[in-house]
Amino acid sequence: MNKITIEPITRLEGHGKIEIFLDEKGNVANTYFQVPELRGFEQFCVGRLAEDMPVITNRICGVCPEAHHMASVKALDDLFGVVPPPAAVKIRELIYMAFYVTDHTTHFYALGGPDFIIGPEAPPAERNILGVIKKVGLDIAKQVIDCRARNHHILELLGGRGIHLVAGVPGGWSRAVSVDERRQIEDIARKNIDFALFTLKIFSDIVLKNSAYLDLITSDIYLHKTYYMGTVDDKNRVNFYDGLVRVVDPEGKEFVKYHPKEYASHIAEHVEPWTYLKFPYLKNIGWKGFEDGINSGVYCATPLSRLNVSDGMATQLAQEHYEQFYETLGSKKINGRYQPVHYRLATHWARLVELLYAAEHMLELAIDPEITSDHIRNIPKEIKGVGIGSVEAPRGTLTHHYISDTRGVLTKINLIVGTTNNYAPMSMSIKRAAQKFIYNGQIVTEGLLNKIEMAFRLYDPCLSCATHTLPGKMPMEVTIRDKDCNIIRTLARD
Amino acid sequence: MAELPKISIYWASSCGGCEISVVNLNEKILDVAANFNLFFCPCLLDTKKTDIEALPDKDILITFFNGSIKNEDNAEMAHLLRKKSQLLIAFGSCSSEGCIPGLSNLHSLDDQMNAIYLDNLTTINPDRIIPRHETIVPEGALTIPAIYDRVRTLSEIVEVDYYIPGCPPEPHQIWNVIDHVIKQRPLPERGSVIGAGRSTVCDECSRKKGNKSIKKFYRTYEIVPEPETCLLEQGLICMGIATRDGCGGLCPKVNMPCTGCYGTPEGVLDQGAKMAAALGSILDIGDVKGLTDDEINKRIDDIINEIPDFAGMFYKYSLCSSILKGKVI
Ligand code: SF4
Ligand code: SF4
Ligand code: SF4
Repeated sequence: MNKITIEPITRLEGHGKIEIFLDEKGNVANTYFQVPELRGFEQFCVGRLAEDMPVITNRICGVCPEAHHMASVKALDDLFGVVPPPAAVKIRELIYMAFYVTDHTTHFYALGGPDFIIGPEAPPAERNILGVIKKVGLDIAKQVIDCRARNHHILELLGGRGIHLVAGVPGGWSRAVSVDERRQIEDIARKNIDFALFTLKIFSDIVLKNSAYLDLITSDIYLHKTYYMGTVDDKNRVNFYDGLVRVVDPEGKEFVKYHPKEYASHIAEHVEPWTYLKFPYLKNIGWKGFEDGINSGVYCATPLSRLNVSDGMATQLAQEHYEQFYETLGSKKINGRYQPVHYRLATHWARLVELLYAAEHMLELAIDPEITSDHIRNIPKEIKGVGIGSVEAPRGTLTHHYISDTRGVLTKINLIVGTTNNYAPMSMSIKRAAQKFIYNGQIVTEGLLNKIEMAFRLYDPCLSCATHTLPGKMPMEVTIRDKDCNIIRTLARD
Repeated sequence: MAELPKISIYWASSCGGCEISVVNLNEKILDVAANFNLFFCPCLLDTKKTDIEALPDKDILITFFNGSIKNEDNAEMAHLLRKKSQLLIAFGSCSSEGCIPGLSNLHSLDDQMNAIYLDNLTTINPDRIIPRHETIVPEGALTIPAIYDRVRTLSEIVEVDYYIPGCPPEPHQIWNVIDHVIKQRPLPERGSVIGAGRSTVCDECSRKKGNKSIKKFYRTYEIVPEPETCLLEQGLICMGIATRDGCGGLCPKVNMPCTGCYGTPEGVLDQGAKMAAALGSILDIGDVKGLTDDEINKRIDDIINEIPDFAGMFYKYSLCSSILKGKVI
């Protein structure tokens, strides 16, 4: 068989490798998206002090340590049987919103965005953040930098460090917000809203007004009908920090809504021998392989998924953009809910709707008088011995599950990490893209390969997260093999 | 205009936080771009490994290498970048000393695989499949790099010129180093730690220090510390006393003890041993007059037993480079 290898996959946080096998006619027989690393947190966290986990699990991923920190500290609330005071919950949420703003911004401008802003056919040397600066201008680049800087400032001020926060404690947060700081944060939140609106405008100008891009988004290359997962509040609106996990089927019907503590009754993981990463799936449907549709347990947990499972956004401007998103992409309302959008490239747009929501919600928290309360910790009185916590990480529902002895020393841990949720859908999107772009032995060009890479980049895969289970990064290699398995082409990137 | 000197930023087995810390240079990133040709950085650029291979030896001025060495691919890139770089800098705790993921050296690879693929709460794996180096699939053979049985630091694989500590290194310290290079100031002796101080975090911590004497240790969830006094004096195990300065004393500022991410202070070989010695000298075990050795030891043990995870506390970041290396329990 012909085999194409793409390695490393650049501009995603982690390492990765795609193998494409061709059949006799030179068409795609199969593709494999391999994750070649593993880091072993599940094992070496055993023996650690439970309260150290927010600091330890930060190191699963330096791109979204805040998500691990929050899931971890929520698991500790549970393990120590303690409810944090309202101000602490609000501070956590505020920090989490600041994090979402910087994370989604980084993705749009530096990681996934270059494909659109510079264009998928552009030479690889230009499809990067520096190319983006060239195209959109230094002024905008400075705005992006400012946005990241002011939000990282909040992370450091309230979380202790700009990367790898330290302030999460069971039953609260270790650092209060002063009245002066609150004013400063309010100001930052307002700037964030302007910036989010501005970014949506850029997206609209560059992408939505360009029919070639819009056609690419709505073509069937990047279309998959799977289940979707996301966390919703009591009104079924998108929530990043807390709520119930809702799963809808490919038609948009609610399949299940459960408390995160019941995750293990709903999610199971499948193992393949050719990759270190496991494939989560809906346990009550079962693993049926890399298949779309209502009978396959494959689900997706991304910004697009979160919009698809929800009935709307909890803030006003984001809700307007939410509606525009579904209307523009031709989704019909049934029983008051939009039908899911299955175009995976629309994830980039969904991410920006979320960016706006994060900014607006940050402002709501910043003007809440309770945020400056100094009652930020409740001291635990017991060690229950089991704790489960979950949040919506930018790249999907993230669950931490700890079991400890009576001294609070961990005896077992389990993690279902954001990106991992999307491993099967990512693999499927890659295969679909490969099938569209490689046929009858036609030799693949760079731009085409990049379109295959776009298939996974839209998930914003953070493979350091995904490979929490041992080392953590992935460059990319695509190997193309002929029917006799001889390598006819290797395209390597790292 | 003369060609700008090339720099590269590579991640081996890393979490990506070291990269983000570079991005957090914020507007100074533009100064970096003005002074250097950022040639290779897989997280941001599409340059290929083959492009590196095509360079003459020592063509890259500096490689900032983050992440530890956990598989063959990491080691191969370490060798390649060593060859192509004039200066190879171990950037961050992972490449310098193994960092938190280096705690996996406490366990065998089999145990790790077991915890992930077999004895795992959500994994359904009736055929007991464990990923392996080579797999035959219907269309052909697939390979993934074999994982090393233990985490190695960069200097265990290749010669390292300088070390920048921290998990991750703080942006202002990264800038200090880059600015130094831009201004072409002389670098210290090879093998030195740069982008950090030479004493301990206590020196830059703003908390009031009195007489250190501890009767009882507390776990962080047990007490709300008083906001101005040294945390160690309040019974929280603060590693600041055995950790290199450089971060600016960040964790104690938010009422949390230092966990030691800047590694060993200048001249200290082993961070955990240093910490144990420091604690030994400040433990207040009360009046020991008339007590037998056994009774004294028991008092010490009672206090020490309040720390049920010695390795995770004292060697959180430095286990791989400690004199203990592997199992300490
Ligand atoms: S040193 Fe810390 S921030 Fe850097 S890669 Fe290692 S874990 Fe991540
Ligand atoms: S021991 Fe910790 S709290 Fe005390 S002075 Fe040193 S760094 Fe500060
Ligand atoms: S206080 Fe300690 S753990 Fe915190 S950033 Fe500084 S060196 Fe690292």
